[in-house]
Amino acid sequence: MRIVVCVKHVPDIQSERALGPDGRAVRDGGDGTLNELDENAVEAALALVEGAGDGSVTVLTVGPDDAVDAVRKGLQMGADEAVHVVDDAIAGSDALGTARVLAAAVRHLDAQTPVDLVVTGMAGLDGLTSLLPTALAQLLDLPALPLGAELTVDVAARTVRVRRNLDHATEVLEAPLPAVVSVTDQANEPRYPNFKGIMAARKKPVTTLALADLGVDPTEVGAAGARTQVVAAAARPAREDRVLVNDDGTAGVRLAQYLVEHKLV
Amino acid sequence: MTDLTAAPVLVLLDHTPDGTLRSPVREIVTLAAGLSGGAGVHGAWAGAGEPPAEVLVELGTLGVTHVHRLVADADLHLSAVLAEALGSLVDATGARLVLLVSSFENKEAAARLAVATGAGVVTDADGLVVEDGRYVASKTVFAGTWSTRCAVTAPLAVVAVKANSVTVEAAAAPVAPAVVEHPVAVSAGARRVTLVERTERPSSGRPDLGSAHVVVVGGRGTEGDFSAVEELADVLGGAVGATRVATDEGWIGHDAQIGQTGVTVSPRLYIGAGVSGAVHHRGGMQASGTIVAVNSDADAPIFEIADFGVVGDLFTVLPQAAAELRRLKSEG
Ligand SMILES: Cc1cc2nc3c(=O)[nH]c(=O)nc-3n(C[C@H](O)[C@H](O)[C@H](O)COP(=O)(O)OP(=O)(O)OC[C@H]3O[C@@H](n4cnc5c(N)ncnc54)[C@H](O)[C@@H]3O)c2cc1C
Repeated sequence: MRIVVCVKHVPDIQSERALGPDGRAVRDGGDGTLNELDENAVEAALALVEGAGDGSVTVLTVGPDDAVDAVRKGLQMGADEAVHVVDDAIAGSDALGTARVLAAAVRHLDAQTPVDLVVTGMAGLDGLTSLLPTALAQLLDLPALPLGAELTVDVAARTVRVRRNLDHATEVLEAPLPAVVSVTDQANEPRYPNFKGIMAARKKPVTTLALADLGVDPTEVGAAGARTQVVAAAARPAREDRVLVNDDGTAGVRLAQYLVEHKLV
Repeated sequence: MTDLTAAPVLVLLDHTPDGTLRSPVREIVTLAAGLSGGAGVHGAWAGAGEPPAEVLVELGTLGVTHVHRLVADADLHLSAVLAEALGSLVDATGARLVLLVSSFENKEAAARLAVATGAGVVTDADGLVVEDGRYVASKTVFAGTWSTRCAVTAPLAVVAVKANSVTVEAAAAPVAPAVVEHPVAVSAGARRVTLVERTERPSSGRPDLGSAHVVVVGGRGTEGDFSAVEELADVLGGAVGATRVATDEGWIGHDAQIGQTGVTVSPRLYIGAGVSGAVHHRGGMQASGTIVAVNSDADAPIFEIADFGVVGDLFTVLPQAAAELRRLKSEG
């Protein structure tokens, strides 16, 4: 079973995040990290291969030079190989542009050795659009099983099944392989890379590819191919007139009065 | 440049299995009526039954001119099927804008529709206007700390709008929507996913978390006792939410989790009790109108974003506030 895991390098959510005048996330390289939710995707892939007793995990990312750190973290967790698509023309891609590059990269890998499953995290903690997994499936013409809180693969029957929790319902979806799945943070507990894993990762191959290697038309991606454009971005002003009270036995009453005065009841 | 202001707007009419409209649909219909420039608001009705008569009346009051009942021999809950249905309605109506309520399910269909049609897609929008012949959506990013405006540069815009973003208003003149049956030819590709099981979650009797105007949230500080949180929520007519810690502990269902990996809420009033305000949680609530925090630790990060903070024990503060609100109410 060959599994490709799509991972993203994002600004650390614990740090101050900002947008530049062009509406793009400021990436100063210093505080980037593997998107936390993609650790669940890597973990799911590793567990499936371990469970099947056979197969390989390829971590794939699209992004500027320092995005390679995201796939390196995947290798440290136990993935077998890594692919980093980097190209100046990709800058400014919207979610669908990124999906186009990833789809081309998956096709490229599939042509070498067939890919059975593509796994992603449930959302990128930078944009949080959750558009990518389904867009990727549509571009690859594969079935999509997004938001798996539980994920199982029947290797003999070549099917994949997920249980997912939606706003108003719980669903179980099933599809034949190959397929695209995304997993939530409920799916598993990601392992920490140990010393052995960190040492082993240094010897694992990281392949760098450019758009030309993938046959992607540069005008279809990046700012040129984006179908949305951020036209304004501003940090929200701090909240004003903030009140902090220490409870002296009347704070509940004061809270009620505050709600009434501010017409919130 | 095409005149967007005179193109029909297509709206996905989310509803419960028994045909009751989900409340945020009224908001996006209001938005659509304001943007269609008289070219009509077309609703897409995906579901087994006919839209109930009273729903049609209400949709007409809100300005919906046509209701297309999607008929497919595959499950319209599957994003690939729904996206194909919406795509064929875009063709049939000539819509330049598709509006959906921003939910995980609808975002899946939005992504597919955008790939299939070359549309530009914006999710979690909290406003939408036409500017220089383009649709421009507003949205907050980075856990509500930044506001952005995002223009759609493609001829078709697919915009998923957050609940509580629009004030519902009746249209200038009510209409009786034409109900049209719209058969959908589902592709073989879209049939590859099987919906093995779908269990609708029973309603709690309280407002829906994602669209409630008031949300009272309990965290680890409740130690599993949500009674004070529920009491205050009920006095305020609000929904009950939780942090991931509270749901992981099994104190309340996972569907109550608010945050980056749970439900995103932006009610008029958020009250967090025994909630520290970790960044993962803030990502799902920081865009709320007024934020109230009750926490025994004066250094809890949630106080940095609270409009009204109480350093105190939630088990005394919440019941006292509930009692006072009841007293004020009974006084009228
Ligand atoms: C990938 C990832 C995704 C996550 N997604 C989410 C998410 O979507 N939503 C989410 O909520 N979390 C999420 N988390 C978890 C998040 O990081 C925090 O752990 C969580 O939000 C903390 O919940 P809490 O505030 O209830 O608990 P704590 O951080 O433990 O805070 C409890 C607070 O209660 C106060 N307290 C205790 N007793 C009382 C009392 N009697 N009266 C008043 N106050 C009291 C304490 O002072 C403390 O501040 C995620 C974590 C990860 C790693």
